[in-house]
Amino acid sequence: MGRIKKIMYDCHRATYLIEKGQHVPLSPRERIALLIHLNACSVCRLFRRQSRLINRAMHGLFKASAAHTHSLDESIKREMQEKINDRLPK
Amino acid sequence: MKNKLFAFSPVVTATDPAHWVDKYADHLYAFALNRLDDEELCRDLVQETFLAALERLNEFRGQSSERTWLTAILRFKVIDIYRKRNSSWLTCHPMQSEPEYFDPANGHWKDDWAPRSMEIDPVDPTLRKELAAILQKCLDRLPALWYSIFSMKHMDDMATEVICEEMKVSSANFWVIIHRAKVNLRACLQKEGQ
Repeated sequence: MGRIKKIMYDCHRATYLIEKGQHVPLSPRERIALLIHLNACSVCRLFRRQSRLINRAMHGLFKASAAHTHSLDESIKREMQEKINDRLPK
Repeated sequence: MKNKLFAFSPVVTATDPAHWVDKYADHLYAFALNRLDDEELCRDLVQETFLAALERLNEFRGQSSERTWLTAILRFKVIDIYRKRNSSWLTCHPMQSEPEYFDPANGHWKDDWAPRSMEIDPVDPTLRKELAAILQKCLDRLPALWYSIFSMKHMDDMATEVICEEMKVSSANFWVIIHRAKVNLRACLQKEGQ
């Protein structure tokens, strides 16, 4: 198999580069390989789109739930603070 | 003149345990609850975090904020729970039950696992909630080490080097885990979302 053909087939490698490239700059060689692959592979283009949406969901959905749903009862908080105070040097 | 004096005095950030609960309990509780779906356990973890921090007061150097410091202590407690729940903690290799998504010979998607289009960017709040629930369910199925690394990167925005250092993985292994976790999560969303 020629090198280009190998790159075009290798979705495993391409998806790896997609993930890595979301966090750090890829090397020129990696960037070119990914471009060649994505140009030929609509399934990996779809993967990339979904992968980004999952990132956004990880951020957005959890932040939203953290913002306004959970808080502790005042009585539990008082208990917690008392336990801390017990151990503070007087 | 005054400014000059300030510039030469060391920056000392004091920590004040007498106000910890007021200032941080809700934040820590939400942090834990987002990662472990168990209110009682999360309350205990928050309390344990404060007590552990008290014993390590001398380690607090004021380099990070109190909030960051306390959150870091809590994070380790959450990871410990994951470690206990999941015996495959130390394996970076796929779980035994994990399918092969790609053909080992040429790296091509296997037909059954190739991405298909799905609705993962809903505008409707009800659907968003549903998606969050499915996402959580899929996250819970990841091996503990993958989950920890994936959430540190994607939920906590931590630097790669810091994660590698804290979790004792090489940077090569880090990318393998980030990749496998995402492929696994995506496949799970597709399956559960049907």
